[in-house]
Amino acid sequence: MSAMHPDEITARRLAGHDPMPPSMKVAPGTGDGTLIDDVDVRPPLVLNNRTFKEMTDIVCGYAENPPGRWWWPVFGMVNALAALGTGMILYLIITGVGVWGQTNQVDWAWDITNFVFWIGIGHAGTLISAILCLFKQKWRTAVNRAAEAMTIFAVICAATYPGIHVGRAWMAWMMFPIPNSNGIWPNFRSPLLWDLFAVSTYGTVSALFWYMGMIPDLATLRDRADRRLRQGLSTQTIAPFLPVRVDVLRAYIYGFLSLGWRFSSRHWHRYEAAYLMLAGMSTPLVLSVHSIVSTDFATSQLPGWHTTIFPPYFVAGAIFGGFAMVLQLMIPCRELYPNMKDIVTLRHLENMAKIILLTGSMVGFAYSMEFFIAYYGGNQFEIDVFINRAKGPYWWAYWTMIFCNVVSPQVFWVKAMRTSPLVIFIVASFVTVGMWFERFVIIVSSLHRAFLPGEWHMFHPTMVDILTFAGTFGIFLTLFLLFLRVIPVFALAELKAVLPQADPHGHSHGSSDGHSDHQDGHHAKGGH
Amino acid sequence: MSHSKRFQTESGTPIHGIVARFETPADVYHAAERIRDAGYTQWDLYSPFPIHGIDEAMGIPRTKLPLIVGAAAAVGVACGYLLQWYGSNIGYKLVTQGKPFGSFDGTGWESFVPIMFEVGVLFAAFATLLGMLALNGLPRHNHPLMKRDDFLGVSDDTFMICIEASDPKFSPEETKALLKSAHGMGIDFVEDE
Repeated sequence: MSAMHPDEITARRLAGHDPMPPSMKVAPGTGDGTLIDDVDVRPPLVLNNRTFKEMTDIVCGYAENPPGRWWWPVFGMVNALAALGTGMILYLIITGVGVWGQTNQVDWAWDITNFVFWIGIGHAGTLISAILCLFKQKWRTAVNRAAEAMTIFAVICAATYPGIHVGRAWMAWMMFPIPNSNGIWPNFRSPLLWDLFAVSTYGTVSALFWYMGMIPDLATLRDRADRRLRQGLSTQTIAPFLPVRVDVLRAYIYGFLSLGWRFSSRHWHRYEAAYLMLAGMSTPLVLSVHSIVSTDFATSQLPGWHTTIFPPYFVAGAIFGGFAMVLQLMIPCRELYPNMKDIVTLRHLENMAKIILLTGSMVGFAYSMEFFIAYYGGNQFEIDVFINRAKGPYWWAYWTMIFCNVVSPQVFWVKAMRTSPLVIFIVASFVTVGMWFERFVIIVSSLHRAFLPGEWHMFHPTMVDILTFAGTFGIFLTLFLLFLRVIPVFALAELKAVLPQADPHGHSHGSSDGHSDHQDGHHAKGGH
Repeated sequence: MSHSKRFQTESGTPIHGIVARFETPADVYHAAERIRDAGYTQWDLYSPFPIHGIDEAMGIPRTKLPLIVGAAAAVGVACGYLLQWYGSNIGYKLVTQGKPFGSFDGTGWESFVPIMFEVGVLFAAFATLLGMLALNGLPRHNHPLMKRDDFLGVSDDTFMICIEASDPKFSPEETKALLKSAHGMGIDFVEDE
């Protein structure tokens, strides 16, 4: 990325040849230097004492330079998967919902499981961008952009399901309160309609939040393209037969999207106020979304669904599953992209592992509390449903869920485990599987033993069911890979603001030796 | 001739303002305090990220944006209620479980709360983004500063201050001297568009 960088030392560091300048010593037992137990020491949020310029080069480099050789094959694969999923959806719409395994009373099986699974994934992104912002957790800057992108892509995957499970997809517009010639309006007292409003508001507000956070970074990409054009350094064309320089395209597209942002402090003032307000309204919003999703179940009369613990339990589970997905995406990224380990440090991973442990224990508590209330409530149907979950025909789904969601995160009590990227990745994969099974258990195990024995059936997914779900992963990963390719993957302006040299009270004028006074590798005690 | 066209360069181009470059947040922070104390009002500071506490150092008044957002949220909640009231009482009076319709007599409004909340948030979120942009005068893809090569650095690692010619206290010599004494570098006139 840095062959053109005039300073050879910087160029080598940016290319990853000199990961650590000789002056930079990492204290033993602190991993990459961020796992400091001393509460008086503020661990660095970005490693290797990066300068502002290096941060710009690194982060913009991800969008400007060709990706590694892995990118095209992986993109091709997930794209094929996305095409397969889209094909399955088309087949469903052409043929009818009979191609799904909905041949008995377990109507809400696969599609709603997947809908709740995907919408839950999104919640971690909003938690990182909104709730951690309100709590002034600065480490969020390393993952918020990617997590917000993940939120939007997950909502896209989730929103697909209600659109197609209605059976006649061309009538899906009737979900919305649109005046129509039939004079029919939706039932505003139904949680399913609340759900529609919650999910569409959530998707829209997440996209607005994501876009607003990106405006300054898009302006940086615009300026870099502009600078290369002005200096005549831009030679790369879109294709040999298309003599349009890539930087012209970049300057126009990034320029258009950045709305002429010019980094004015008077603008920053309103921007920060707007950011804080969006964070403030996204926080109750994200809590409302999964609470409302849970009322789809909780307001029904079905044993196993009709419980008041559902809203908090669903929210905790959503954050749990979402963080697992963030980790599953970011751990491979930090291995595949140069210098990303300086931005997403071991401490970031450790913090997220701690949240997984916390929320995993919360869902574990909710699982046991459901059992306790079923027993304590003395309702025979409720008791039977819960015993049936653990010992009935779907016992394997239940115990997979317990193992993945409650048991596996407990390894994070050991520091060595929650600071090992490989262990975190494995546990996060378990959690993703476990959270899918949680929804499957709630939905299928309650429905397959409803009140009438005539309704007692097993649910069997068809190939179309399975491939559609696989296809949503393809859509999700295709969008994420495109995101890595063209959008600033990190919140660059926010990352610069958390560097030690961003503090206006740090060192005043006269230091003609530039940044050398924070090259000494010491971490500022305390900070402000 | 507008107020800002009072001054011209030797070649006769109108002056937009005087610009100075700074290398560290601390330098530009102290310069901002001095310019604020000198009584300038029409000036701006450009930095790659929001500098902590720069609002006070520049004397930027608190933004009115929260009022816009609050009003939008209230309108959103009201629209959310009206939409559901219309749909349930006029549009399609559907009896479900014998529940009240949520009319203005105060019965049955409880089940309208989730959608009122969601619509309120939706309106507020749009008001936040669009209000922020409107108050900032964006989108605006042209600006006298954008023609300068050194201004491209503010999206990277440079800090700049521009005191505009429209400021009542602006004077080519004194303003230049102030920026120089605040340790500004590359002090230069900015040509107007």
